[in-house]
Amino acid sequence: MRRTRAAAAGAVTVSLMTLVTACGGGSSTSGGSNDSPKTLTYWASNQGASIEVDKKVLQPELDKFEKQTGIKVKVEVVPWSDLLNRILTATTSGQGPDVLNIGNTWSASLQATGALLPWNAKNFAAIGGKDRFVDSALGSTGAQGQDPAAVPLYSMSYALYYNKEIFADAGITKPPATWDELVADGKKIQAKGKSALGAEGANLSENIHHVFVFAKQHGGDFFTPDGKPDFANDNVVAAVKQYVDLMAKDKVIPTGDAEYAQNQSVSDFAKGNQAMLLWQSASANLKSQGMSEDKYGIAPVPVQSGTPGTGTQVNSAVMGINLAVFKNTDNIDGAKKFVKFMTGDAEQKILNTAYSSIPPVKTVQGGTTFSSGANAVLKDTLATSAAALPQVADESQFETAVGTAVKDLFADAAAGRAVTTESVKAALEKAQQQMPTK
Amino acid sequence: MASTNSPMAPPRSFFWSRRIFLTLLTGFVLLPVYVMVSSSLKPLADVTGEFHWLPSEVTIRPYIDIWSTIPLARYFVNSLIVAGAATVCSVVIAVFAAYAVSRYEFHGKRVFTVTVLSTQMFPGILFLLPLFLIYVNIGNATGIALFGSRGGLILTYLTFSLPFSIWMLIGYFDSVPRDLDEAALVDGCGPLGALFRVVVPAAIPGIVAVAVYAFMTAWGEVLFASVMTNDATRTLAVGLQGYSTLNNVYWNQIMAASLVVSVPVVAGFLLLQRYLVAGLTAGAVK
Amino acid sequence: MTTTAPAEAAVGEAPSGAAKPGPRRRPGRIRRIGLPYLLLLPALLLELLVHLVPMVIGIVMSFKELTQFYIRDWGAAPWSGLDNYKVSVDFDAPVGEALLHSFLVTVAFTLLSVGLCWLIGTAAAVYLQDNFRGRGLLRALFLIPYALPVYAAVITWVFMFQHDNGLVNHVLHDQLHLTDKPSFWLIGDNSFWALLTVSVWKGWPFAFLIVMAGLQNIPGELYEAAALDGAGMWQQIRRITLPSLRPVNQVLLLVLFLWTFNDFNTPFVLFGRSAPAAADLISVHIYQASFVTWNFGTGSAMSVLLLLFLLVVTGAYLLLTSRGRKPAHG
Repeated sequence: MRRTRAAAAGAVTVSLMTLVTACGGGSSTSGGSNDSPKTLTYWASNQGASIEVDKKVLQPELDKFEKQTGIKVKVEVVPWSDLLNRILTATTSGQGPDVLNIGNTWSASLQATGALLPWNAKNFAAIGGKDRFVDSALGSTGAQGQDPAAVPLYSMSYALYYNKEIFADAGITKPPATWDELVADGKKIQAKGKSALGAEGANLSENIHHVFVFAKQHGGDFFTPDGKPDFANDNVVAAVKQYVDLMAKDKVIPTGDAEYAQNQSVSDFAKGNQAMLLWQSASANLKSQGMSEDKYGIAPVPVQSGTPGTGTQVNSAVMGINLAVFKNTDNIDGAKKFVKFMTGDAEQKILNTAYSSIPPVKTVQGGTTFSSGANAVLKDTLATSAAALPQVADESQFETAVGTAVKDLFADAAAGRAVTTESVKAALEKAQQQMPTK
Repeated sequence: MASTNSPMAPPRSFFWSRRIFLTLLTGFVLLPVYVMVSSSLKPLADVTGEFHWLPSEVTIRPYIDIWSTIPLARYFVNSLIVAGAATVCSVVIAVFAAYAVSRYEFHGKRVFTVTVLSTQMFPGILFLLPLFLIYVNIGNATGIALFGSRGGLILTYLTFSLPFSIWMLIGYFDSVPRDLDEAALVDGCGPLGALFRVVVPAAIPGIVAVAVYAFMTAWGEVLFASVMTNDATRTLAVGLQGYSTLNNVYWNQIMAASLVVSVPVVAGFLLLQRYLVAGLTAGAVK
Repeated sequence: MTTTAPAEAAVGEAPSGAAKPGPRRRPGRIRRIGLPYLLLLPALLLELLVHLVPMVIGIVMSFKELTQFYIRDWGAAPWSGLDNYKVSVDFDAPVGEALLHSFLVTVAFTLLSVGLCWLIGTAAAVYLQDNFRGRGLLRALFLIPYALPVYAAVITWVFMFQHDNGLVNHVLHDQLHLTDKPSFWLIGDNSFWALLTVSVWKGWPFAFLIVMAGLQNIPGELYEAAALDGAGMWQQIRRITLPSLRPVNQVLLLVLFLWTFNDFNTPFVLFGRSAPAAADLISVHIYQASFVTWNFGTGSAMSVLLLLFLLVVTGAYLLLTSRGRKPAHG
């Protein structure tokens, strides 16, 4: 009696499982359909001061789109904390939006899932052609040799933000162009009782963006040309050590920053307690925190030699947001129209102005709005001295493993433990061993 | 009440140890609460700067801003609906199941109780993806939208609290003397009559404790809510994270919002308190 | 306690034979056999849908190579046999080593947290059993940590634990001068204690609630009888209160253990997606292994190992505790 019941329960479970596996996954592998041509769902990432601000920025534009095409776009601004998980579950279940924003560093990882519409020549033609976009932005849309998994929407780059008043007090006349100058200036600033440079030591992504650039400056790479992780080579070790040493040895980053993960360093800067900040497109952010534009200056991020450029003179990662289309959308034509609309000249100008980012579209980028003041520095950096983060399928794992290693090294530095070449190498070796082996 | 029946006066050591213990405990409990209250009345510059016990100036600004930074009211309503419905369903279903286990002998009883308990052992994270798949497929097959809806979340949360509720209620029901429901059966009540007229009233403190637990399980859950809700159905537990934006952490608003949403819950607890300590009816013990 | 003795005999024991009609039961035989199953049906269906089937799917996943290349159609993911398990338990390699470390941290954390929660909760419930002025107020205050949404509660602690601007360092360092320099609580080795503090603060009111409800069911006669025998207050607590709470405690300690062991919300809000090594709880560790590094196969294998461990612990616990349960309860 009992055995039969157990068997019955087992049978029910198995049949339920079969049901789930059979239907599981994004079932349609084709290029989507046009079953519901009048609506689109759009997941936007949080670009403005808050989600509500984003809705206010986006809604009028979506209304315009509806007026032009008759397609109603339902937008949901997804917080960064949830975005990747939401995308993953959407990918697994096939139940997701039609169009979505992704961080451009995720492009290759998400491309590998096969859930995103590849932007081949035909699809690019539908939105006005690939050559509308600047090359640096296109370099961060997926693995090399494959059709891009997404289209650039907003571009950003790192710059050195400095507090003019603190610099003047400390007798510094021009922003540092090399790391040695930065450290020397930092000492002068600290002598005046202010803190020198901010960092987000516990923020994995920030750590990655910085050590990636330092690695470039040391002539190193985290991945071999054929895409294998190579985290513990001498150049990378030297690079990571140089970044952490800004806290451990040079002491220009306050130890308290080791636990920052929620942009507290931006607040420190905005409040005038801290002289320098390495950040991407911070203007709108600083303004929302009450720091007016005349209070701070913007300069390129320092490099070893003093003149940013390519190769070892790289001083920023290519940052930005890409727009992607889910392959199994039921409004494929509408989705492409929407991408065309969002990357069109008019919208690019409006949206990038609202978010203080740089448009990745050539025609708009050249305009006067994006060639003055803060934007000029960011634009020059993107155009001449920014490099794309590794476009490999394991990018997401790389960010976690190496980002955590750097976080732990910062924690060591903050606790007063020595950060040596050996300890850095050991941390990076451990990170590498956590990467998937294939 | 049990110990008030005790004819012997407690010794002095009991009183002073009680005073010390309760004072320390109150301090421990209230410290974060104090921080919340005081921070919620501080301007943003105060909460992002060095800590001080008192605000540099008292402002109610955070209490105004919380409503516009995120749609707090909507999240709050969502949370109330989800947690409320999950609690009611969970308690009713658990009462039935616990009654069956406590009062009847049947095949598979052990299997049932142990299986139910074992569900508490699998880390929730690994449910996430399979459950999501199941909901999506049920949606595709039947048209019932479970994913992204409040219904799906209610179903999930009520099941989360079910195992513990059942186990706990079995214990509480067991301690209700059987003579009581036997008597009710003799008086002509059916088994359900005995359950609702005798067993449930006698086990009210346990049921209230279980209900409070079920409510709080649904009220605070973060992981499933973050993936299974959209903008319209998002609950507080996830929504509150909206105060920590790309630009800044609005500590004062987080604190203000937490207080605002917690006040009704704490008030509800206060109302339930007297049931928590109601104890067995006089007739039941004698 | 003779009143409940006959009823006791029917509880828990006699797994099969007892379906025969007892002498005191009136309703017809068929109904009596069907009714319990009918009563269990809703619970069973829900458990099946939300817990058991996903659990089985999770177990299936653990035998698959489920990386980002396959999640879109995971039925097509290749079977990997025991590979995911081998990686997880290879304690000489970094993945296994990290898992073992995380496991040990979790065990230590869980034992401390559950012990403290239970101790504080029981003490508070016993101390609040007597009526005295302010009792109602304290009882309400004590439930506040439980009534706050987890995110709100934990983020408040994050606020207090900050290195530069937090209350904890302000008190310990600036006001009491107990440390030479401000400590880090959210990174490094102290994070374990930070986590424990938050966990206990948040968790003990639950133990308090359950024990308080349990105390209500202890008949007053027991205390009277003990008092007549000359037992003092402390002896009454030891000889009557604690033994009478045994059935409640048996479940309470077990679920506290299971929840604390699997707690995800607290460490996740406290430390984010990458916890410091000293506070790397297993749930966040597995979350990282699956969601952040997108390897759901290995993540599932780790979960299954965890499930097995908890099954063994729970089984042993139930076996040990129910042996002594009957005489204490009756």
